[in-house]
Amino acid sequence: MDILRFITAGSVDDGKSTLIGRLLYDSKSILTDQLEAIEKSSKNRNDGEIDLALLTDGLRAEREQGITIDVAYRYFSTANRKFIIADAPGHVQYTRNMVTGASNSDLVIILIDARKGVIEQTRRHSIIASLLGISKVFVTINKIDLVEYSEDRYNEIVAEYEEVAKSLDIKDIQYFPVSALNGDNIVDSSLFTPWYLGPTLLEALETVDVEPDIEHEASRFQVQLVIRPQTPELHDYRGYAGRIGSGKYSKGDKVRIFPSGIETEIERIEFAGKEIPVAVAGESVTILLKDEIDISRGDSIFHSNDVVNETAEPEALICWLDEKPLQIGNKYLLQQGQRRVRTVVREINFKLDVNTLQPSEVFEVRLNEVVKTKLKLQSPIAVDAYKINKGNGCAILIDETSHKTVAAVLFQ
Amino acid sequence: MTSDYLKKLEAESIYIMREVVAQFERPALLFSGGKDSITLLELAIKAFAPGKVPFPLVHIDTGHNFPEALEYRDSRVKELGLQLIVRHVEDTIREKNLTEPTGKFASRNWLQTYTLLDTIEEFGFDACIGGARRDEEKARAKERIFSIRDEFGQWDPKLQRPELWNTFNGKINKGENVRVFPISNWTEIDVWSYIKSEGIPLPSIYFSHVRQVIEHEGQLIAVSPFIKLTEEDVIQNRTVRYRTVGDMTCTAAVESYASTIEQVMTEIISTRISERGETRIDDRATEAAMEDRKKTGYF
Repeated sequence: MDILRFITAGSVDDGKSTLIGRLLYDSKSILTDQLEAIEKSSKNRNDGEIDLALLTDGLRAEREQGITIDVAYRYFSTANRKFIIADAPGHVQYTRNMVTGASNSDLVIILIDARKGVIEQTRRHSIIASLLGISKVFVTINKIDLVEYSEDRYNEIVAEYEEVAKSLDIKDIQYFPVSALNGDNIVDSSLFTPWYLGPTLLEALETVDVEPDIEHEASRFQVQLVIRPQTPELHDYRGYAGRIGSGKYSKGDKVRIFPSGIETEIERIEFAGKEIPVAVAGESVTILLKDEIDISRGDSIFHSNDVVNETAEPEALICWLDEKPLQIGNKYLLQQGQRRVRTVVREINFKLDVNTLQPSEVFEVRLNEVVKTKLKLQSPIAVDAYKINKGNGCAILIDETSHKTVAAVLFQ
Repeated sequence: MTSDYLKKLEAESIYIMREVVAQFERPALLFSGGKDSITLLELAIKAFAPGKVPFPLVHIDTGHNFPEALEYRDSRVKELGLQLIVRHVEDTIREKNLTEPTGKFASRNWLQTYTLLDTIEEFGFDACIGGARRDEEKARAKERIFSIRDEFGQWDPKLQRPELWNTFNGKINKGENVRVFPISNWTEIDVWSYIKSEGIPLPSIYFSHVRQVIEHEGQLIAVSPFIKLTEEDVIQNRTVRYRTVGDMTCTAAVESYASTIEQVMTEIISTRISERGETRIDDRATEAAMEDRKKTGYF
């Protein structure tokens, strides 16, 4: 059994909530009392039929206004997989939420209303997914019942989306003709689409291969904290606790410390206080080194022969997430993993239109806008290009006066 | 042997625990003796081994706890040599002249918030680690892993910080504090699977036992000094277990003969009712009960 994290992109009108409700309902993840609760709400609102969309509408404030204001996380599992859905709203003003949800997703489900076809929003969601490095795209052509289950219409939309994908360099796409409302091709194959021979959406979710091979990438490990019990029996113990970002670490490996540049050797790797021979990407471990070196939170341990970009003037795409605009010269705290350094936005090169990917001139950056920038840092960081190594190629900007997270940073 | 996906959940939670200790000066772990906080404690032990758990455990005692949960709490704390801080809702009611709730199942659940906020202030805690899971309830599904609360402990769902990748921003203003939920991405069955695979001991009330109960609107409520019995109530001996551990006044028992963790898990997998729906009296009051409580500083 493994875990698949995916994000659903689309608006309420595309039937996104209904789609998620349908997945949960047909995979038997909705339990009697939860169903009773939505039956009650459906009646309260005089809708008549059970509204599956209500399963995913969380807060009363949202129900009253009929909108989704934030990313919600949903869980369901089948015999083979645990699924974590980041349910992000699709309205224009909520690009910020989609970026948040997409940052931890392996796959995106893009919803298209079969009657409308590819619209501006479809393009925007695809662009954001591609910027955030999601390589797998499931395009669900929803409300297929409302176009008489037409194969021609389906093919038309597939062709339209292929155009979008080509411009975005998205390669791994699967298409599904579905009706979330009626359940066609979501969990069970539809009788009304005999021309569609592919898997149902759930079958595809269950079998799609998404684990990137990060074990074989360059070694990346950042220190979260130093464990020093300082008890009589563990007097000299100094363990560097952290999570392996990518690659593989073993006892005896020759390593280099960033930023000091000092070289040493791994003496021992522990998990939960017990020695383990090797640690791989994703594991939270503790590394002990041969030599006593001054290492603190935010420092990195790399294999001696692994190359990384050590820079104090990185170039990055920035997605702005705050109400207060970004201006050239503004100072922030940049947090890259565990490392925090003061930063000034030295240059804003261009704005990226998230609907067209066209660059344009810019002086001020507002909420939900994406720009290409040059940063100047107080001290260097050791990063990768986001496209090469997501985990070590990202950061956030923190406003030092409000302490809010104001930007997503993707290094280039 | 822990399965691959549990190992991933475990690694993520340990990572979050370590972020808390690295980013905050005075964290605490809220420990009730329930299975979720028991799991949290296990993860904390692993995160900082061979060092000790670097924060105290805090229990907000409503005075309506199951004695078995308190016994478990005390023996576990002693066995592991941890620091435990207990603060009583009873004292808050007296000192602050609060109104004791009334009714058949008079629950002090709401009042816990007052004691919790006082305790946070008394010790200057800047981060409280809790065992809430996003699958539990719909307001929780929308809460961040690092959830910033204002000085009144209030959660504002519209003003949450975006939480990107695995980068946690724990910077706060004076007076604010953070609730951290390391097992946000776990489901009920994940917690049970983990407890089973790690062989973690649980309080006895999670397993089948005979107990005096009354039946109220289809739910079985333990007979205790904290609920008001009337003449209509029929006290019966039933074989039950608990699926969640809350207050005796607001937690219902499940009829069950499951005496091992395997049997309990089989029953939970086959049941068609959610954890909170089956066992919590307090969530049924209004559709938005949790949303309202969270906004006023509840966990």
